[in-house]
Amino acid sequence: MSVISPPKPRRAPEVPREPRRIAFRQRAGRWDVKLSPYLYISPFFLLFAVTGLFPLAYTAYVSVHDWHLIGGQGAFVGMQNFVDVVQQPRFLTALRNTFSIFLLSSVPQVLAAIGIAAVLDANLRARTFWRMGVLLPYVVAPVAVSLIFSKLFADQSGLINAVLATVDLGPIRWHADPLSSHVAIASMVNFRWTGYNTLIFLAAMQAVPRDLYEAAVIDGASRLRQFFSITVPMLRPTIIFIVITATIGGLQIFDEPRMFDQLGQGGSDRQWMTVTMYLYELGWGAQKSFGRAAAVAWILFLIIVVIGLINFAITRRISSSGSTRGGKR
Amino acid sequence: MTSIPMIQQTAGAGAARSAARRRGLARGANRRPGWVTYAVLGAVLLISAYPLYYAVLLASSDAITIAQNPIPSLLPEGNLFTNIGRVIASDIQFWPAMWNSIVVATVTAFSVVVFSTLAGFSFSKLRFRGRGPLLVFVIATMAVPTQLGIVPLFIVMAELDLTGKLAAVIIPGMVTAFGVFWMTQYLEEALPYELIEAARVDGCSMIRTFWHVAMPAARPAAAMLALFTFVGSWTNFFWPFIVLGAGNPTLPVALQLLQASYFKDYSLIMAGVVASTIPLVLVFIVAGRQLVTGIMQGAVKG
Repeated sequence: MSVISPPKPRRAPEVPREPRRIAFRQRAGRWDVKLSPYLYISPFFLLFAVTGLFPLAYTAYVSVHDWHLIGGQGAFVGMQNFVDVVQQPRFLTALRNTFSIFLLSSVPQVLAAIGIAAVLDANLRARTFWRMGVLLPYVVAPVAVSLIFSKLFADQSGLINAVLATVDLGPIRWHADPLSSHVAIASMVNFRWTGYNTLIFLAAMQAVPRDLYEAAVIDGASRLRQFFSITVPMLRPTIIFIVITATIGGLQIFDEPRMFDQLGQGGSDRQWMTVTMYLYELGWGAQKSFGRAAAVAWILFLIIVVIGLINFAITRRISSSGSTRGGKR
Repeated sequence: MTSIPMIQQTAGAGAARSAARRRGLARGANRRPGWVTYAVLGAVLLISAYPLYYAVLLASSDAITIAQNPIPSLLPEGNLFTNIGRVIASDIQFWPAMWNSIVVATVTAFSVVVFSTLAGFSFSKLRFRGRGPLLVFVIATMAVPTQLGIVPLFIVMAELDLTGKLAAVIIPGMVTAFGVFWMTQYLEEALPYELIEAARVDGCSMIRTFWHVAMPAARPAAAMLALFTFVGSWTNFFWPFIVLGAGNPTLPVALQLLQASYFKDYSLIMAGVVASTIPLVLVFIVAGRQLVTGIMQGAVKG
C-alpha cells in the first residue's frame, strides 16, 4: 500500500505589493495555510472519536457495572458480568456457531472468488456484462438475501430439499440440525460477497506483469502450473486483505442468522445463534442487561483482535514460504 | 507490435491467422477463451441471479400455490402487483420505510463524499505536521470492529433523545475511514499541484481552492464513493434495527417486521423483498459498471 506521497514544495501563497493593507490578509492567509489541513481532516477524527472510539472504550466501563436498558447504570460489579456470561452454555454455543459459520463462509468464498476471477481473467466477449453479473447479489440487502434463502432452505417446502428429493436424497433438516443451518447461513454470506471479492481478485490478477506468464510459457509451464506458481503467489497481499476484512465482518455476523426464521432467536436450541445475536438478546431481549451485553461485546472484540493477528501471521508465513518454494522470482 | 488487422491488410488473411495463433501462444491471456469458460460463467451468473428470480416467482404467486409446490414454475404468475399492494397496505409502514431509506442513504452518501473529499484533499495535497501518522491512523481504524460499541452508542443516543429518529442512523455514518482513504488515493494522482498553486496565486483561500479545484477533479471517484455508501446504507440492518425499531423503520427493518408478522405467507414476504430491492436493482442497472470499476480500482490501490 503506497499511501504517503513525498511532500512537494509549494510556492508561498501571496506576493505582497502594498505593505499596509496586505499585512492582515497575509497573516490570515498564513493561518489559513496552517490550520486548514487540520480543519479538513477533523470531521473524521471527531466522528470516529465520538461514535467509534469512545463507545468501544465505554463498553469496558459498562461491562463492569450492573446496567439496565431502562433503569440505567447500577452498582460496580467488577468481573461479575464476564463470569455470568462465560458460564452460560449459550455463550459457548454462540461462539461455536459463529466460528462454524465464519469458516464455512470465508474459506469456500475465497477459493471460489479466486477460481471465478481466474475464469474472468481472459479476453472475454461482453466482459462488463459478466463482471456485473457476478456483482449483482451485492446490491441485495442481507435481510432480503436471508428471507429468500430461508425459503430456499425451508425444511418442509424448500426448493433445495425438493430438488434433493428428486434424486432420492435428503430431506436435510436445514433449520434443525446445527451444522446444516450453518451451511445454509454461510451460503447466504457467500452468495452476497463472492462476486465482490472476485472483482478484487480479478483486479489483482490483471496487475500481475504479463511477462511473468510469457516466461513461464517459454519454460513450458502448463496453464495450471502458471496459476499455482505465478498467479496465487502474486495475489498474496490481496488474500491477506480479504481474509482480514472477512474476519472482522464474519465474526460479527448478525443479519443473516437473525432472519433465518421468524423468531430471530437462532433456533429452538440456539443452534445458529451467533455471538452478536447473543449480545442483542442480552441487551435488548428479556434480560435487558447492558452490562452483560457489553461484556460479550468486549470479549468478541478481543477475539477479533487475536484472530486478526493469527490470520496475519499465518497468511504471511504461508505466502512467504510459498514464494521461496517458487524459487527465483 | 503490429495489430492483427494490420497484418491482414498488408500480408493477407493467412498471415494474419498464423500471427494471431503465434501471439495466442505467447500471451495466453489474450486468446479468446473457449465455450467451457462461458459455460462456467453462465453457471455463476445463474447462481447469482436465480435467488432473485426465485423471489420474483414467489412474489407473483400466492400462499396456497407456494405451499403445494416447493418447486416453483419457470415463469412468474400474475399476482406480483397484487402482492406488492398487500405489502403496502399491511401495517409495516412500507412507504414511510421507503422514504426513510431514501433519506438515510442519500444524506449519508452526500455527507461521506463531502467530508471524505475534504479530508482526502488535505491528506493528499496539503503539507502539515503529522500527516503521515494521521493517515496511517485513519487506515488502521478500518480494522476496528466499531459495531461492538453499540451498547454505549445506544446509551448516548438515548441520552440525546435520538432513539427512533433518523439522525441516530445518519450521524455515525457521516464520514468513513474507507472514504477518506479512497479520496486520498484518488486525489493524489488526479489533482496536479499546478492547479492548486494557480488557484492560490490567484488569491483563492484554502476552502475556495478545495471547492473550485479539488471538488471538480474528484468527481469520478466521488461518484463511486457515493454509490458504495448509498448501497451500504440502504442494506444496513443491525444498527437501524436497534436504534430505530418498529416505530420508524428503514426498509430492512420493515422487512423484518413483515417476516415476524406474516411468516406463513411467503408470497407477501417475497413481494416485500422484491419491492425493497427494486430501487437498488435500478441503481445497479444504471451504475453497475461504475461499481465494478470502483471495486477493481480500489483493489489495485488498496
